[in-house]
Formats: sequence, C-alpha cells, structure tokens
Amino acid sequence: MTPNSLLHERTLHGAGMWSAVISRGKRLRLTDIDGGANVGMLLYNALEHTERYNMPDTLKGQHIFYLRAPYCLHSDMGRLLASITTDSVGWHDTVCGHSDAARVLAKYGENNYQQSRNDWNRNGRDCFLIELAKWGLGKKDLIPNLNLFSKVVSDDAGHLSFVADHSKPGDSIELRFEIDTLVVLNTCQHPLDPDPVYRHRHVKLEVFAGEPPALDDPSLTVRPENLRAWENNQTYHTLRF
Amino acid sequence: MTESTLNPETAVFREVIPAGDWWVHEIKKGQTLRILDLEGNQAADTLFFSAADPTERYSADRTIQEQAALYLTTGTRLMSTEGNALLTITADTCGRHDTLGGACSRESNTMRYAHDTECMHACRDSFIRGAQEWNIELNKRDLGPNINFFMNVPVTPDGQLSFADGISAPGRYVEMRAEMDVVCLISNCPQLNNPCNGWNPTPVEVMVF
Repeated sequence: MTPNSLLHERTLHGAGMWSAVISRGKRLRLTDIDGGANVGMLLYNALEHTERYNMPDTLKGQHIFYLRAPYCLHSDMGRLLASITTDSVGWHDTVCGHSDAARVLAKYGENNYQQSRNDWNRNGRDCFLIELAKWGLGKKDLIPNLNLFSKVVSDDAGHLSFVADHSKPGDSIELRFEIDTLVVLNTCQHPLDPDPVYRHRHVKLEVFAGEPPALDDPSLTVRPENLRAWENNQTYHTLRF
Repeated sequence: MTESTLNPETAVFREVIPAGDWWVHEIKKGQTLRILDLEGNQAADTLFFSAADPTERYSADRTIQEQAALYLTTGTRLMSTEGNALLTITADTCGRHDTLGGACSRESNTMRYAHDTECMHACRDSFIRGAQEWNIELNKRDLGPNINFFMNVPVTPDGQLSFADGISAPGRYVEMRAEMDVVCLISNCPQLNNPCNGWNPTPVEVMVF
C-alpha cells in the first residue's frame, strides 16, 4: 500500500449523512460534484469522545475567522484533530451551525417522507443526532460544526452575509487526521443559504492512506500554536499507545 | 448602547464575583440579570442552561445564526441548542460582546501561549466546578462555547480575527431578561496571557431584578 492508495470511495447524496472512524495519518478528500455543496462536519477523538472539535480554539488559536489550507482543526484539549492539506475552495465557515427541522420547514415548506419518499427535506440537526447516536453520543455532544464549502462574511459591525456560488463543481478539500478521529458529517444546506429551493447536492468522499506530517509541514509551521498543539498530540500518542 | 431603567437598590440579589471565581445561580422567567464590569475590561465568561433540562443549553452557533450577526448587544436573543430563546439582552452600555472566543482552558493555554502556562488557572476549570455544584451529572460534555461579556474579538470583512483591547470601562453593564427559567454559570476570567482582561483580572458584580 503506497502512501496515496485509495482506501474507500463513496458518493454522499444530497442531504445525506455519514460517520466513520478514520485513523491518524489517513486523508479524507471531499469533492463538490454539483457546485454549491455544504458539508456539515463534527469531529471527536475516536477513543475519548469527550475530546471534540472546538470552534473557538480553532479560530483564536490561529487568528482566523474561517478555515482554509494549511490551517488546522483544533480540539478542546489543546491538540490537533486534523489539518487541511489541500483546498481549492479557500473559505469554509465554522460559526453558523446547522439547520433544524423548524428552520427547514419555515424556509422550504412541508416536504415530508410520506409525500416525497427519499426526496424529502432532511435537516442538519437530525442528521447529526442520528449519526452521533450510533457512537453512543447525543445532544450533549452537539457543538458548533464546520460548514465545508460554504462562505459567510462579516461586515465591520458583525452582520453576516452568505456568499452564493462560492464552491464550484469539482472543488475539493482534503483533511489529514492527526489523531484517530470520529468523523460525523451531512450534506444538508447551509443554515444561512438564502436559496428558496431545497437542493440535493452530491459530494464525493474518498479516504486515502497517508503518514503523519513532518515538522516542516505547512499546517504545523503556519502558526506556532499549531506546532505546540502537535507537540501535545505527540505526548498523547506516546502515553496512550 | 441602551441604558437600563432598573435601580440597583431594588435588586433582589447582588454579589461580587472576584476574578478567577465561578458563580452559578438560577434566574426565573421574567427576572432580569445584570452583569456589571466594576473596574473595566473584565471578561465575564458566561453559560446558560435550561433550569428544567440541562441538556438544553446556550448555543453560540444558534445565537449567531438567529441574528445573522457575530456580536451580542441590546435586542440579541440568546438561543439554546433546542432553538429556544433563553434570554434577551435588554440593556447594554458596553455595546458589543463576544461569543466566538470561547473560554480559556489550561490545555488551550499550552497551545496558545507556551507549554509552561498549563499550571495557570483557567475558565474551563471554573466552569467544571460550578456546573458540578449545580448538578453533579454535568461534566465537560455539557460545556459548549460560551458568551464573553465585555470582551472584544473583532472580525474583519476579509476574515481576520483578533483579541483586541477591551471596549468596556468601569461601570459598564449588560442586562438580560430570562425568557424561561435558566441557570447562569459565570467564570470571571483569570487569564493573564492576553488583553481580554486588560492584563489585570478584576471583579464583576451580578444583580438579579
């Protein structure tokens, strides 16, 4: 098996969901097939589920308001969960959360399973809770998520605007996991997407073999905070395994 | 900026929270909570829970989503993880409060500043102890990203984020009306490594009307 071997491949349907444990060093590539996709993502330490993605530490630790390569996704324990290694999009939101049933109903109207079978309107919260439950997690574990492929900008007064047509067909992002990680994701629309039509946008998911980074990796050198967090990962791995 | 019409003399509860301490207290529906920055530039890290069901708690992302805005001020509805309003901000003489910055922890201190800051007191430890004293079932999982009253974390249109000097000053306050019975958990921030407390953590006062 070479470092870039494709290990797994699947297509996530629009408003679909998925969860899996991906071990340290492996890479997850997500590709926006139709353009305009959104991937809501939550991350947890696979062995210590109380350690989880932390939006505030990710932002303040790197002095950023949005994610892009080569920045990292930090946990609440001073460690790195993943690094963004490749990214053709350039801006991924992490402050706006996810949709729920009431929001989807108010925005798009009634479209239940009875009417539409599997073309019904799912919502981000239900998808997260369903996949989390399969790992023994629940409402206490719902925290601010990533919205990959989506761009939301702030003006100087803090008012937010969703940027339409941000991600193009074929755009992709690749994450390298720095710790064994439970990945929980769904492809529901961004909660601030003003598009009045409920869209089912497809996302291709691939997992590749890989190695942990070298110390001169751009994700570790972009901020001294990331290198210190990486040192915390090293301590964790030395003591745990 | 919105001034309050409430007279502190009429408060049914008043307490000064020294820097580095936690405070946990139930606020009944219809009551108003005031947090007063006594000496200026003091971050009051604050969480709310539904008093009836602690799994329903303050949600930074729902609050941002509801307002389509980053900063909290008069009129902001503080939303729960279930999509309900916990409280509404009714007065604010500071003008802007943060909910992106979260709380400091001993672990994140090592990432942000230096490994040897791990020994320094941090908000998450206060949150853990305060939460346990209210409800022994609660643990780290119950602590989502909080509000930082009086803290200034400006975001620019091109996506830069920084911890700036505070915009608060001695005597500034924020008031909020409870929309359901809530439990308020405050960690009066002990952070010494950045300007969120003006490099000098000081007391805040809480009042309930």
